[in-house]
Amino acid sequence: MDETFGNYSILGKAIPRVDARAKVTGQAKYAADIEVANMLWGQINRSPYAHARILNIDTSKAEALPGVKAVTTGKDFGGFKWGWSGPTRDEEPLAVEKVRYQYEGVAAVAAVDEDTAQEACDLIEVDYEPLPGVFTPSEAMQEGAPLVHDDRPGNICVEYHWNFGDVDKAFAESYLVREDTFQTPRMAKGYLEPPAVVAYWPDPERIVYIGAKGSPYFPYRILAKCFDLPLSNVRIITPIIGSDFGGTKNDMTPADFSAVMLAKKTGRPVKFVTSQFDALTTDLRRHPMWITVKTGVTKDGILKATSLKAVADGGAYTRISPLTMFLVGTCQTLPYKLPNFKYDAYNYFTNNPSSAAMRGHGLYHSRFAADVQLDMIAEELGLDPVEIRLKNSIENPKPGEIYETVNDVHVATCGVQECIEKVAEAVNWKARKGQKKVEGDTAYGMGFAAATYNSGTKLSAHNACAAIVRVCEDGSVNYLTGATDVGQGSDTIMSAIVAEVLGIRLEDIDLKRVDSAFTPVDPGSYGSRVTVHAGEAATKAAEDAKSQLLEVAAQQFGVKPGDVDIKDKKVFVKSSPERNMAWERLVRIACYETPGKVIIGRGYSTQGISMYGLADFSKGVGDIGTNYSFTAQASEVEVDVETGVVKCTDNNVIAHDCGFPLNTQAVETQVQGGSYHQGISAAVYEEFKMDSGQTLNPNLVDYKRPRAYEAPMTQVIHVITNDPYGPFGAKEASEGSCCSAPPSIVSAIHDATGVWIKDLPAQPEKVFWALKKKREKGQK
Amino acid sequence: MKGEMKELKLTVNGKPYELEVKAETLLVDLLRQELKLTGAKVGCLDSACGACTVNIDGKAVRSCSVLALQTNGREVTTIEGVADGDKLHPIQQAMIDHGAIECGFCTPGMVMSAKALLDENTNPTREEVKEAIQGNLCADEGYVKYIEAIEIAAREMRGGQ
Repeated sequence: MDETFGNYSILGKAIPRVDARAKVTGQAKYAADIEVANMLWGQINRSPYAHARILNIDTSKAEALPGVKAVTTGKDFGGFKWGWSGPTRDEEPLAVEKVRYQYEGVAAVAAVDEDTAQEACDLIEVDYEPLPGVFTPSEAMQEGAPLVHDDRPGNICVEYHWNFGDVDKAFAESYLVREDTFQTPRMAKGYLEPPAVVAYWPDPERIVYIGAKGSPYFPYRILAKCFDLPLSNVRIITPIIGSDFGGTKNDMTPADFSAVMLAKKTGRPVKFVTSQFDALTTDLRRHPMWITVKTGVTKDGILKATSLKAVADGGAYTRISPLTMFLVGTCQTLPYKLPNFKYDAYNYFTNNPSSAAMRGHGLYHSRFAADVQLDMIAEELGLDPVEIRLKNSIENPKPGEIYETVNDVHVATCGVQECIEKVAEAVNWKARKGQKKVEGDTAYGMGFAAATYNSGTKLSAHNACAAIVRVCEDGSVNYLTGATDVGQGSDTIMSAIVAEVLGIRLEDIDLKRVDSAFTPVDPGSYGSRVTVHAGEAATKAAEDAKSQLLEVAAQQFGVKPGDVDIKDKKVFVKSSPERNMAWERLVRIACYETPGKVIIGRGYSTQGISMYGLADFSKGVGDIGTNYSFTAQASEVEVDVETGVVKCTDNNVIAHDCGFPLNTQAVETQVQGGSYHQGISAAVYEEFKMDSGQTLNPNLVDYKRPRAYEAPMTQVIHVITNDPYGPFGAKEASEGSCCSAPPSIVSAIHDATGVWIKDLPAQPEKVFWALKKKREKGQK
Repeated sequence: MKGEMKELKLTVNGKPYELEVKAETLLVDLLRQELKLTGAKVGCLDSACGACTVNIDGKAVRSCSVLALQTNGREVTTIEGVADGDKLHPIQQAMIDHGAIECGFCTPGMVMSAKALLDENTNPTREEVKEAIQGNLCADEGYVKYIEAIEIAAREMRGGQ
């Protein structure tokens, strides 16, 4: 029997997803499954060089190939550049003057079929002048290094320097000060569904774009600007989306722009389906980062100060790097009390594919470094990893009180202590202590970690989610949302909130996915923002519709609107529930009694901004989150000391404070997935191998992704804190587990073998050499 | 010869087909583009992700790794042929009820791998379940609920034992 929380009809329980039937029967349509009559196929011509000047592009042979309908190059876009924000618009739809990473798009073709389009691409002749490149931050920062962007001296993409409290004084007063450098890998986003798009112009003034986008209002705004059309004429339709995890399915790709341009040129629909090779070589990646963390503690292990330096490889274009580097620093003052904090961030342009947001965005890097170092400190001081975490972790503020960090981050609810205690209890941490287990060549060890993640991320400019609840005259309900379910389950959560507020069943709600012609504008699915902001909008829109219906009910019963309520599809007088009528009858009366109402509820979110305003990236103060989730995790690993192979055991427990689990099942799946795919995988499996800008393992055989036979059967414990700033008390679910998994794994490897792997992933070769070095040192 | 049309007779989801296909046509392209059965997904075309898994004569096969002609005279089952009308297969029902499905892109392949296993053995060990879906990459849900759902379905197929 699944756990249930709260006193609700639908929320707080295990709710099967509204889209699961379509997905499990193969009926769900993803972008690549969509066909439009008279459709052409597109392909991109890409640069073989990581850094080169484009001298000439000759498309004549391609255009002459039978079956080719149009060719486009960067010049067709009239100098248009785009980017995450005004100052960061540094990227062209297709490169015009120079290419900055290998396989950057240079031209595109539309033809009658995929093969012809590919053949035509191969006939495009591009003259390049290869340029020397920079392929790591350390190369990029050298004096006189080649510049990726001529107008960006020193190849600096982002730089921040923050200082809170008095770090130097605190270090001087500390009993122990440690400095360690850690490294996180260059990772793929990991979606199996490569990006795909179908675009057409129903008339010369209108675009229809159907594509795999988790933030469909990004292309809405960008395409309007690019093609100089009013927003009202840009229609973005979202099919079912096969995961996103930040990055490419938020932003634009050369195929997105080219599909629209080629559709304009040919007057026909154009479809692009990216290959996995192209996705792995050109899509946005998680930033590889070098994190130096210096921490001072008292003799008892109380944190006095941290100085953090993060150096990141931003790749060829800015994309979302300013936010990444902010996130790496901002939550360093959570989940532990930290009175003094300094942060220096450097993000460099290189001639690698661009880096961007990925599940666990930013916090995953710094939390990995700091939490592993906390275990190193604990070991030096002879303290227990659980004990040192409990000592330093932030207590849950009393209702009405707020915990404020030294960098002005505000926390209304914090379940980290309860998370730590529950995980320690679940894995029987105390009894386990000191019981090293070695069986033949296999050494077992367990590691502990705690983490946080910002929830309901709020950025400057348009930040609100909006919703429309349309009650049809037969009692069925359309829910129109601007939010996009990329797999996390928001369609189910939003439907559940609307049904709960209206007092009807989940199956009465028909959710309309984003079609910008009809649904309200929305920032998108990133930064664990959907549940908090879209959830607030859903609640308000449903309450609005409900209040319109309650007025009608009150008239019918001859009472005041406040005297009636709806539950289990019945409207009733609260003081005498025997006076009631069916939901359908109420709706029918409302819609048909002359002149007949049209019941449309609307609402939009305000919570995130009304509280404490916005964060200041350059100073590092303020809230990026509306509220903050907390996580603790214990992971056991087995290490083959002969080969260095690390594998998780099923002894893996996560306690997660998501405030209130609106759908327990969805929270569990999210947390298990976040931990394994984006956390554990970063710790032990995944990394792009690069050579001068070339990706050496651009396929899912050589690029190791986590599979079922290595998956830990992670147990999830719900910790309830009922956050006042989330809908029904909710905060984000899962990005925290991406952050707690890597440090718990690295500490477990240390517990098993005595070696610290500071450079992720802990692939067998790395562990093998570390063990060998340790053995040789022991023999001396 | 490339481009030469060959005759192909096969059964897909119980329906017999007599087709002319190019020798180089992959089974996944035949299913998705000719027969419009888009349930099998194309993730990688490297036989690495398993999103295109179908059953051929009851065995789980990645449809990007076989030529359409190799299925001559065989019986192919795709995700579209798993449910019995409106009645879902126990594997499908368990995946819905247990919350195994997130983005769903790997789901059709996952169902087909599980079906091939449970059609042969309704009492698999956990290791056998993991082995059966080891060729199916998932990107987001961590495999835990897929593994448990397949075990729940197996119990259902054994009549609740």
